[in-house]
Amino acid sequence: MTDMDSRSRPRLPRGVKLRHDDVRGRWTLLAPERIFAVDATAATVLQLCDGERDLAAIVAELAQRYNAPEAVIEKDVVAMLADLKAKRVLET
Amino acid sequence: MTAHAPPSPAPPIGVLVELTHRCPLGCPYCSNPVSLERPAAELGTQTWTRIFTEAAALGALHVHLSGGEPTARRDIAEIVRGAAQAGLYTNLITSGVGLSEKRWSAIVEAGLDHAQLSFQGADQATNDRLAHYDSAWERKRAFAAMVTNAGLPLTINAVISRGNLHQVGAFIDLAVELGARRLEVAHTQYYGWALANRAALMPPRKEVEESIALVEGARTRLKGRLVIDMVIPDYYARYPKPCAGGWGRMAINVSPSGKALPCHAAESIPGLEFWNVRERSLAEIWRDNPAFQAFRGTDWMQEPCRSCERREIDWGGCRCQALALVGAAAATDPACHKSPHHARIAATAAAEAEADASAIRWRSYKDKVEA
Repeated sequence: MTDMDSRSRPRLPRGVKLRHDDVRGRWTLLAPERIFAVDATAATVLQLCDGERDLAAIVAELAQRYNAPEAVIEKDVVAMLADLKAKRVLET
Repeated sequence: MTAHAPPSPAPPIGVLVELTHRCPLGCPYCSNPVSLERPAAELGTQTWTRIFTEAAALGALHVHLSGGEPTARRDIAEIVRGAAQAGLYTNLITSGVGLSEKRWSAIVEAGLDHAQLSFQGADQATNDRLAHYDSAWERKRAFAAMVTNAGLPLTINAVISRGNLHQVGAFIDLAVELGARRLEVAHTQYYGWALANRAALMPPRKEVEESIALVEGARTRLKGRLVIDMVIPDYYARYPKPCAGGWGRMAINVSPSGKALPCHAAESIPGLEFWNVRERSLAEIWRDNPAFQAFRGTDWMQEPCRSCERREIDWGGCRCQALALVGAAAATDPACHKSPHHARIAATAAAEAEADASAIRWRSYKDKVEA
């Protein structure tokens, strides 16, 4: 179960930063005492989690960008964001 | 020729800087060396800023601003600014007792990302007794409020020893009450001053196991609200902790006077020469300092580490602990059950825990600074 719905506006809280690690050539999510390696797709999702867009808008944008059905995108995005929320590196 | 030079090691993930050894508290579990460095020997703001730039270029992502008490530095805000501008994720590790609203605001404005606040007890009497500082409890609580009011993530670091082991549940409640995102239940590690105080601090095994079960239950209950990390007392462990993630592998420490170290106790190992960041770049030290190469990787290992399937998980455990307890820095850390010395150190711990409270030796910066 997740308390996220299409009107949730996910965002990175203060103290969590999406940053490109130039030395290792990959995206990372920097958090207190944690470093999460983030693949390019996840980085794209997180760049859209700006606290302005709601989940519906994020899913619509990704569906267009990746030319995939919204239902498929939504399932993946919600799973990813719920996981990050449980780790306290994402707020909705 | 350099044809046989070792390949460049993978870059460090983080750098821990001990900005000063000065500290207002007198914690008996202090893991800093028994002999502390003088204020006059401390690096200046410009040198720290250069180190941050070098660390980021080398590949470090996190910087941990520690000590001693890092806010004892008058230039702490400028130091934070230097680290943030270098692109590092900045973590302030503090006792929280000496910071005014004004100085805290300057630190936040300078770009601090995260604060880690230590607690010595989960109530006033225990906290102030173990911190050896009278108003520490009230000051720490006030600091926690300043952190959360600024919107920064707060970690509570509860340092556990025999005198407060019964408070693990109360520490979890305290972290929730103070609005922390993260709690470290950190059993004392016995280095430096803490090793000299071990008999007064070592907890009994049974209570340690109960506290571990309690934390595991709380993790489930508080999922999504509070992240709880736990460092167990390794005398009672089955496998050793991979100290610093492996020697010269993940982390680099810099002492107040600029000595670069693979871990903050590394100077206890004789025969190693640690280069100083005043004279060499961090990249050069990381790659070329023989002290960083001494226990890097697995080539240095003896049995039972050498043929162990966990050799690249535990990395042999801790070199300083092997030296302190077995007398040989290249031996298997006796925290490992495969060490021939493991039974002896577990028995020592149990005996010390059972013996009635030995006198605690409080740390005092003024008395213990090196001449």
